[in-house]
Amino acid sequence: MAIRAFLLCIILFSSSYTSFALYEDQVGLMDWHQQYIGKVKKAVFQTQKAGRKRVVVSTEENAIAALDLRHGEIFWRQILGVNDVIDEIDIALGKYVVTLSSGGSVLRAWNLPDGQMVWESFLLGSKPSRSLLLTPTNFGADKDNVILAYGNGCLHAVSSIDGDILWKKELAENGIDIQHLVHPEESDTIYALGIGEASKFEAYVINARNGELLKHSSKGFPGGFSGDLSLPTSEKAVVLDSSESSLVSVSFVGGEIKFQEFQVSDLQGYSGEAVLLPSKLAGMVAIKINRSLLLVKLKDEGTLEVVDTVPHVEAVSDSLSFAEGQTAFGLIQQDGGKIQLSVKSSNDWKSHFLKESIEFDQQRGLVHKVFINNYVRTDRTYGFRALIVMEDHSLLLLQQGAVVWNREDALASIIDVTTSELPIQKDGVSVAKVEHNLFEWLKGHLLKLKATLMLATPDDVAAVQRIRLQSAEKSKMTRDHNGFRKLLIVLTRAGKLFALHTGDGRIVWSRLLNAFHKSGTCESPRGIKLHQWQVPHHHALDENPSVLVVGTCGHNSDAFGILSFVDAYKGEELNYLAPVHSITQVIPLPFTDSTEQRLHLIIDAEGYGHLYPRTPEAVDIFQKELGNIYWYSVDINNNLLKGHVVKKNCKEEIADDYCFESSDLWSVIFPSDSEKIIATSTRKLSEVVHTQAKVNADQDVLYKYISKNLLFLATVTPKAMGDIGSVTPEDSWLFVYLVDTITGRVLLRMSHHGCQGPVHAVFSENWVVYHYFNLRAHRYEMSVVEIYDQSRADNKDVLKLVLGKHNLSAPVSSYSRPEIMTKSQSYFFTHSVKAVAVTSTAKGITSKQLLIGTIGDQVLALDKRFLDPRRTLNPTQAEKEEGIMPLTDTLPIMPQAFVTHALKVEGLRSIIAIPAKLESTTLIFAHGVDLFFTRLAPSKTYDSLTDDFNYALLLLTIVALVISIFVTWIWSERKDLQEKWR
Amino acid sequence: MAVMHRSMAILLTLIQLVTLCSLLPSSLAFASGSTDGYAINGRVKIPGFSLKGSGLAAKASNVKVILNSGQRVTFLRPDGYFSFHDVPAGTHLIEVSAIGYFFSPVRVDVSARNPGKVQAALTENRRSLSELVLEPLRDEQYYEMREPFSVMSLVKSPMGLMVGFMVVVMFLMPKLVENMDPEEIRKAQEEMRSQGVPSLSSLLPGAQRSN
Repeated sequence: MAIRAFLLCIILFSSSYTSFALYEDQVGLMDWHQQYIGKVKKAVFQTQKAGRKRVVVSTEENAIAALDLRHGEIFWRQILGVNDVIDEIDIALGKYVVTLSSGGSVLRAWNLPDGQMVWESFLLGSKPSRSLLLTPTNFGADKDNVILAYGNGCLHAVSSIDGDILWKKELAENGIDIQHLVHPEESDTIYALGIGEASKFEAYVINARNGELLKHSSKGFPGGFSGDLSLPTSEKAVVLDSSESSLVSVSFVGGEIKFQEFQVSDLQGYSGEAVLLPSKLAGMVAIKINRSLLLVKLKDEGTLEVVDTVPHVEAVSDSLSFAEGQTAFGLIQQDGGKIQLSVKSSNDWKSHFLKESIEFDQQRGLVHKVFINNYVRTDRTYGFRALIVMEDHSLLLLQQGAVVWNREDALASIIDVTTSELPIQKDGVSVAKVEHNLFEWLKGHLLKLKATLMLATPDDVAAVQRIRLQSAEKSKMTRDHNGFRKLLIVLTRAGKLFALHTGDGRIVWSRLLNAFHKSGTCESPRGIKLHQWQVPHHHALDENPSVLVVGTCGHNSDAFGILSFVDAYKGEELNYLAPVHSITQVIPLPFTDSTEQRLHLIIDAEGYGHLYPRTPEAVDIFQKELGNIYWYSVDINNNLLKGHVVKKNCKEEIADDYCFESSDLWSVIFPSDSEKIIATSTRKLSEVVHTQAKVNADQDVLYKYISKNLLFLATVTPKAMGDIGSVTPEDSWLFVYLVDTITGRVLLRMSHHGCQGPVHAVFSENWVVYHYFNLRAHRYEMSVVEIYDQSRADNKDVLKLVLGKHNLSAPVSSYSRPEIMTKSQSYFFTHSVKAVAVTSTAKGITSKQLLIGTIGDQVLALDKRFLDPRRTLNPTQAEKEEGIMPLTDTLPIMPQAFVTHALKVEGLRSIIAIPAKLESTTLIFAHGVDLFFTRLAPSKTYDSLTDDFNYALLLLTIVALVISIFVTWIWSERKDLQEKWR
Repeated sequence: MAVMHRSMAILLTLIQLVTLCSLLPSSLAFASGSTDGYAINGRVKIPGFSLKGSGLAAKASNVKVILNSGQRVTFLRPDGYFSFHDVPAGTHLIEVSAIGYFFSPVRVDVSARNPGKVQAALTENRRSLSELVLEPLRDEQYYEMREPFSVMSLVKSPMGLMVGFMVVVMFLMPKLVENMDPEEIRKAQEEMRSQGVPSLSSLLPGAQRSN
């Protein structure tokens, strides 16, 4: 009986599930998702009579977002297309967010509470112009729903209720640059003000009801203007004259233009350029000279008076009008690590509402923008809060002298990513009080067991979920056995470097690099690449790993370069070199010096190579390999592919010991009237290939042609360069090439007729997969090309192998010109693609999956088995056993195969696969405006237990087993005894 | 003189007005003529959720309509309509991105000869659409469903099968033995006794001495 009972127990406990995809309750266990918006361009507060106080912002990533003013969280967010740059943003009717985008040609209204688009209007115009948006608040009673939008030289009046265009008026005649739309309060007219040819001030007076042009007047100013108009009141404009020494106030009431010129003595003393700030300050204009701000008050009679000069001003807000007709504006002064926010009244200069000084993290750089808002304190006085945008693209809310919240929105614009291992856990160093005691551990597992057996109450289920999500194990700051915990080092467009923990995505450190600060030597610094500089693992274990940040000063290829070396654990900038020679290419060499610093060769615009690190030791190592270092360059403008070899040191008179000359080895020129290079792809340098041999089902061996020096290149006919819809299939050809970059040998050329780009390609092991558009079928296609080495194909003979007459041990050389065989196949793929990557594992044994970033900002994991050129319509039994699928014309898209499950990585730009130490697993990081990280096991986790594994169940089973053993033992003893007594 | 001036001013404004009035229609015609593009208007229809519904409104606002793989992106109005303006004549591709639904891309032919005539066809199954109403081909379920706890799933698992086999042996074997010839059983028992009973007790330590 005991045995039977025990067996029943076993039946109950052996409830093990096999998992294939993600279950809904596993979300967040090994993945994390972060939402960002990008650097804020404009902000509008919505705090009146709204339960949830919010601020609506538009950003440089073309996002519109409503943020919670209390915590900085995103209420909703919409990301417009890449070409749909947001020019203006405002709130209409108190319930719609209105955006003007695409150079003033698209006007959209979004529902303020939830971000649903309410209406959309297309404003057509004839010529590009600046775009302006005006939402008059107090038109006549029946007109309070009109939005005025100016773009492409046309002024449109749009109903804010449904987006209907009420009237339109073309204004951009004779190259007039309209800069302001003014609606004087309680009137029915609109003024459009601008500067025309020959410094003429132009004013249009328009009837707001029907768009009728009441008056157009223009008047030239003899001195000429410089810069833009500023509009302190709705009756007068102020502008600098061309000598930048005097201000001109322009009165335009009723279309009568009158100039009044004022010599500003303070302006003459400064050497720097004077700029009239575009901030709208009630009754004042602000002029910025160097870093000082000159505030000039415009008096009622039209005279100007210099009120004050404020030093170290970084940003000025627009003026804000609040109760009793008072207006105020905010000023940010910054000096060192301190910023000072002052909110001043525009009516009475001497008084100020607020003066706060805030100690500040130096890592945020300078203040770029400030927006202010008021609130009513409990004692009925007015308080102010300020939203500031920093140099590092972060967004902060200041209130009552403290930073209430901040958003690291630099992470919305990642340029490059690399990884770093975490420090090894040392004995005696308590890592944290993270380890649970045994009792808690067991309790957690018992809860899990209850959940498995469906005995758990909802509270228990919630507790289980909490325990799983908060697993402290995954966010430790030490290296783990499986290699899941790493630091993701990311370089952002702001020039700020972040280290993110792969466990939970938190920022470990961040640093605004000194080299990327705006300075005299470098006007527009930007980062390009990130390289692992020092990865200590053998003889320099005490050193921290470091990364190399490569940047450039300008947008030309011959601009000066920036190199910065950053400690990957602490985030300290160890050293930086700027400005140095121009940088066109960075080649990490496969050599390291005694401190495990990787040698890098940086190629400048003239084709000279510069060796880093700049030590004699590095030169010694490099000299030995001189002549063996090849590189190639792709010149897309000239359709040129070139191979180079590093020859010798530069001539003494040109440069130092670390400079090397290179010479051209070969070049491939594509005739520019028939082919244009559109895409290239190579294998990842760090990729590991497990085996060269591939055994077929019929015991045949295929040898993969594995070479690190293969380049995939795609060209199209010039007509096919445009977008889809601009070319007919007859005129469009896509050519793909495989080129050996050492010898320039073209291994393969294939053409696809009626196809066009964009081409996204990924190269791994011996295969390339590329995605392109087929115009004939009007669908996207993906093709795979596999390359096999024919020269090794006759090694199948066992006798030869035994006798040693094989060439398996012969070194692979590009110069040996082996015979190759390629196989290729094409399939339809449903979606447009933004990025393609491939999984990579530590030893390369695990099968591969393609990671496809679709147009819907999702990441799809597609087995490489679906892209196997040996697929046939009816595979034989042997082929089926090998895992070859029957051929279908379309690649399957299984919803469970979306790595990002129900999430979107908005604005997806790139996908990166990082091998974990555990062979079955690879780490995936996808970034765009959002960040997404997860772990993926392409062939399931065959080498470890899943996180779901129930240890309590195992323990219980063992206990039950032991008990049953003893019970049966006693039972059989007793039976034995009875036998003997018989 | 003043009168002269005023009349001159009036005349001037009159002339201005006249020229403007004559300019206005022509400028409008120019604006519409200068754009060689056409409009594509369509509608996305997702069964099962009303776009105005309160609970699912957040979902509806996440639908994007994409022209030519990101050349232009637009959003849905509350009634599900969308439009692209100023699209040149030619064959274009429209994709709908909505989490939870699979939409086929749509091939849209904008004809230059019959302005405004738009032909559409789903590229996935080559079905042509009489009007541009896009419906999802299927729902997308991103998560594996957790199967409810059932005895069958236990029995079907390898462990369950093993246990099941053992149960069969334990409960049915004695029955089989009962049906055997008593002579043969005795013979077999004799044989077993001579070899020693392979009982569980003999496998355990300390059981040897009892034999």
